[in-house]
Amino acid sequence: MAIFLAIPILGIMVIFQSAVFSQVKLLYGTTDLVLLIVVAWAVQDRVRTAWQWGIIAGVLASLATAVPAYAIIPTYVAITGVAIYMRRVFWQRPLLAMITATVLATLISQVITVAVLVINGTSIPVIEAFYLITLPSVVLNLLLAVPAYALMGDLANWLYPETIEI
Amino acid sequence: MNLPRTLQTAVLAILIIGILLLALGGYLTPISRIAFSPFIGAQTWLASRYLAIRDFMTSPRDVARLTQLNEQLESEVSRLQAQIIELQQENAEMEVLSALLDFARTHAENEYITAAVIGRDISPFLHYVIINRGSDDGLRRGMPVVSSQGLVGRVAAVTADGARVQLITDPDTAINVRIQPSGAEGLLQGSITGDVTIEAIAQDAKINTGDLVLTSGLGGNYPADMLIGQIRGVRQSPVELFQSASVEPVVDFSQLEIVLVIVNFRPVNVAPLIPEGGP
Repeated sequence: MAIFLAIPILGIMVIFQSAVFSQVKLLYGTTDLVLLIVVAWAVQDRVRTAWQWGIIAGVLASLATAVPAYAIIPTYVAITGVAIYMRRVFWQRPLLAMITATVLATLISQVITVAVLVINGTSIPVIEAFYLITLPSVVLNLLLAVPAYALMGDLANWLYPETIEI
Repeated sequence: MNLPRTLQTAVLAILIIGILLLALGGYLTPISRIAFSPFIGAQTWLASRYLAIRDFMTSPRDVARLTQLNEQLESEVSRLQAQIIELQQENAEMEVLSALLDFARTHAENEYITAAVIGRDISPFLHYVIINRGSDDGLRRGMPVVSSQGLVGRVAAVTADGARVQLITDPDTAINVRIQPSGAEGLLQGSITGDVTIEAIAQDAKINTGDLVLTSGLGGNYPADMLIGQIRGVRQSPVELFQSASVEPVVDFSQLEIVLVIVNFRPVNVAPLIPEGGP
């Protein structure tokens, strides 16, 4: 059920990202809604389908960007791994796990993107990209991290209701 | 003293006629003002009290009616405001389409397909837009895309009903351009910030701020003489081989809504013609 829900939810996020949020900029950075949803899903305690969501997010995101699919899909899988790791590290502080995972996931995602583009011959000044794109993107993602966590928390509670042993 | 009845009547008639004549001549106005003012004052007072009492008695009904009327009018105003916004949007779209039509007419040698911009690349490092026309509409990879102002970019990837267009501001863009009126040639490049520069301009070329930048057609990726923008600044150093210039594109890429794809242009693949190990 959770895997089937991933396609419409992440699909809608990709559409929103492409049509609306890619134009809402802080300097030259933008929010990555798909990344936020994947991270917010992966840090939920009872969720067992985080990896599948990561792969689906990568596949869907690769349809809306010129960044090669061989870079995008592993990127989302990697940020899923980071989020799961953060959930284990901060298991008593899920919100802290969400915030830390958001920062790390944004950095990892953008480092991989820049690396792939540079390897493919695109001229990208790394320092300029860090200050003008990466840091503003981290700030924008952090602004939406808490609402995304709350939203995905509700979804997780609905899909994986807490079992009470009597 | 008893006057005869006829004389009494005559005196009375003369008196009445005299009073009438005085009244008609306006001589009785001060007297009538003094005489009628207490009556008018009393009537005004009475009328105002009557109206106040009548309003008091009937006001609840009127308030309800007025409230209903107000709601109707407010709903009408809302409907008309929505209609105005809709018409303004249609008008703006018409203006864009009209400008595109003018552009197509002035470049009659090309065949165009109109497409709407429906999205942008989700990566902040790249400058691509997604349009709502694809291979089903005859679009192919490499076709140039223009707006009514000038060159927008070229089709980079195509699906059945959509396409991804690489803007001239993309950091991976490289377009051979010519600067007018000097005729100097260079290589236009984008950047992650969307700034556009021309590199590899010959040191002896005379270029100035405000010069026009057009596609040269070299390389076969774009048709010649498509307007790109104007020179904004020139950077020249005697120790460098080439000079460079920053360009102000004529197209406002943040406001891009409708574009034209030139469908009768086929890019030329010159790669096989370049000798191996060459530049």
